[in-house]
Amino acid sequence: MNLENPKKLRPIVEQARLVAENVFRPISRKYDNAEHAYPKELDMLAALLDGMNEGGARASANHLNRDDGDADAQAQKATRNGGNLTGVLGMMELCWGDCGLALTIPRQGLGNAAVSAVGTPEQKARFGKAWVAMAITEPSAGSDSAAIRTSAQRDGEEWVLNGEKIFVTAGERADAVVVWATLDPSLGRAAIKSFLVPKGTPGMKVARLEKKLGIRASDTATLVFEDCRIPKENILGSPEIDTAKSFAGVMKTFDNTRPIVAAMAVGVARAALDRAREILGRAGLLTRESRVFTAASVAESELHRLEAELEAARLLTMKAAWMADNGIPNSLEASMAKAKAGRVANEITLRAVELCGTSGYAEGELLEKWARDSKILDIFEGTQQIQMLIIARRLLGKSSAELR
Amino acid sequence: MAEVTARKKSSTFERVARGPLRLLTQFGGADFAERWRLRGPATKVLYHGAKTGMRAATTAVNGMTKASRLFGQPARLAPAPESALFDPTPTEEQTLIRDSMRRFADEVLRPAAYAADEATRSPREILEQSQGLGLAQLAIPEALGGMAEVRSHVAAALITEQLARGDMGLATAILAPLAVVHALVDWGTAEQQQQHLPAFLGDTFVPAAMALIEPRPLFDPMHPRAGAVRTDDGGWSLHGEKSLVPLAQSATLFAVVADVRGRGPQIFLLERKTPGLEIELEPAMGLRAAGTGRLKFNGARVSAGALLGGEEGRFDLGALVDRARVAWGAMAVGTCQAVLDYVIPYCNERQAFGEPVSNRQSVAFLIADMAIEIEGMRLLVHRAASLCERGGSIAREASLARTQCASKGMKIGTDGVQLLGGHGFVKEHPVERWYRDLRAIGIVEGALSV
Repeated sequence: MNLENPKKLRPIVEQARLVAENVFRPISRKYDNAEHAYPKELDMLAALLDGMNEGGARASANHLNRDDGDADAQAQKATRNGGNLTGVLGMMELCWGDCGLALTIPRQGLGNAAVSAVGTPEQKARFGKAWVAMAITEPSAGSDSAAIRTSAQRDGEEWVLNGEKIFVTAGERADAVVVWATLDPSLGRAAIKSFLVPKGTPGMKVARLEKKLGIRASDTATLVFEDCRIPKENILGSPEIDTAKSFAGVMKTFDNTRPIVAAMAVGVARAALDRAREILGRAGLLTRESRVFTAASVAESELHRLEAELEAARLLTMKAAWMADNGIPNSLEASMAKAKAGRVANEITLRAVELCGTSGYAEGELLEKWARDSKILDIFEGTQQIQMLIIARRLLGKSSAELR
Repeated sequence: MAEVTARKKSSTFERVARGPLRLLTQFGGADFAERWRLRGPATKVLYHGAKTGMRAATTAVNGMTKASRLFGQPARLAPAPESALFDPTPTEEQTLIRDSMRRFADEVLRPAAYAADEATRSPREILEQSQGLGLAQLAIPEALGGMAEVRSHVAAALITEQLARGDMGLATAILAPLAVVHALVDWGTAEQQQQHLPAFLGDTFVPAAMALIEPRPLFDPMHPRAGAVRTDDGGWSLHGEKSLVPLAQSATLFAVVADVRGRGPQIFLLERKTPGLEIELEPAMGLRAAGTGRLKFNGARVSAGALLGGEEGRFDLGALVDRARVAWGAMAVGTCQAVLDYVIPYCNERQAFGEPVSNRQSVAFLIADMAIEIEGMRLLVHRAASLCERGGSIAREASLARTQCASKGMKIGTDGVQLLGGHGFVKEHPVERWYRDLRAIGIVEGALSV
């Protein structure tokens, strides 16, 4: 048993840290203010991060068969620390820098994870190097993914998409979008499939960009599809409507992406806690004692409590990612990590603002920005409430009809 | 449910150990191990126990024990080997130990918990049975007749969690002597180790307890007020008070933390019959099966040899506090797991408004929360334990584990009672006992150790 960051991943974590510190932090406030302006500074980053992306994609793609060529580990049947763990550790560091910017790094879209998880070799070849966004939510279907009304009709050699998608992260900047659509609304979840739509496809347009509470460096688009035609090969997974497993197929993506979002939350919370400790320490309000006792000051014991919460979230996240790396089903743990990290990050960033007073609240510090950014992390990729439903149903052995 | 079990591997040491098993039937505790199906780890414990026992017998004939061959040096445990990769799972051996502790907890501790809580003491038979688990063997170095080769705090945390899942009060009684054993192993002189440790390896349970906490609000374990003053004859005189000491009614040996002016807090080993030591039973809200009490020192006199580690000793109070915090964190995890395992079937069966109460989000989400927090607590405890066994300082990690386990543990305790409603408040169900026991986590310092 070892719950420390593995030595072999230190270089990549260090690299992510350098990017966070030297690339993200200096432009963090700039792109929070200049919402919808493309952070061109990130273009040069894409190449650098391709290595990390590749590791992540490989692990996502093969996360159920342990074949990443780690021959030594295989031979010894030892534990694997692969792309999923690398991904969450890297993401924690990047989001310590700026989570809005981390969300808009070219070729790091959530759609990339979907292509990796369920794409065919041909699709991976075509879209592996592209920046792929993910379009799920609709104006009247948020957490209830099964209520999706965007439709996909087969017409000869093509699929024809019609409908509206909202809250598409990187929807304007990405090269392609994975669109969730139903083959037949009367068949519910089983008929929901995902489709790859390259940018510039006639019939697809960016209808608007949202102005948001936080993660303002990342574009959030509304996409409209009007008789948007794509080749029949662009469906992700099988076109058959199999009531037993279809929806499970599209949901499987979440097992890989939820730990990533949990990692974002851990990174933002870490940033806020580090900064609050600096500010309170400089004000002479903290001791250097590493053991905290009941008699500690309010600020000290509060920081300590938040630190413990963050540590729990961080370890849950690492464990969920480690399970994916080792081919152990992790839906429950991925939801637990996401639920814990999302709420803890929101609490920590808000409390850090409060503990630092007006310095925390004013724009002279990034604390107020982190407190705005963190809110989305408890919402996207499944809200806190959805995670709780998933966890409770699993623990109690209940169907979605029994526990609604 | 919330635990990841180690993936199946062929059990190497079971194969290795099966051969000599036949030789072991005469070794004390073997029948017991059979009865509780403690095949795996007990096999190893017994195998090593018999091996070292025979070796001890041979060397005793030669008038020389292995320990004395260390030229009067005390035996210490080396750090566990470094591990390069992140891996949250126990080893195969740790899994087997954990699983047999779970069976012992389910079959022996849980059924006895209610009566022990009422009686404010642990039944002698259960303490004697626990001796057959070989827990001291796991903690005492081979050179002193045990089977420990390196530090094994993770195994200790797993054992603690499982026993507490059976009952926290009984687990406290069973594990209390090990805190004294650990202190002797880490800081005792060769003479102290040889004087005290062999008894813990025998067939009979040796009641002993570590006394650190003192009865005052906002107690800081790093600054105990109980003190020891040098006497004219080179011995020590102790003054002050210790509270919530387990096994107060039966312990024959107490390890007492007292401040020595100019040197800082030290441990003193006190026999029960020490003049000037007054023992008062003081049952509390919970941990009642542990038979807690106060120790009062009114110029209690002990010899120079009672100072743990002697004049050159390197006692580290911080390390003692940290390891206790990890152990109490593991206790919280175990008891919280018991709560979760209890409320799930209860809320699934309990009907209200024509359906199970667990069909309501207000109920179901409390249960989901329990599972999330337990897993987080467990990971914090395991991280501190695994860092500790590699020899690093765990001041920060142990503090974090304690903070999380104290606050979330109590939340789970109170939610457990809440989920049963009025039924949770009455003693027909164990949740009210778990509620009382879980309140201890934020209060206790010392007393146990991983």
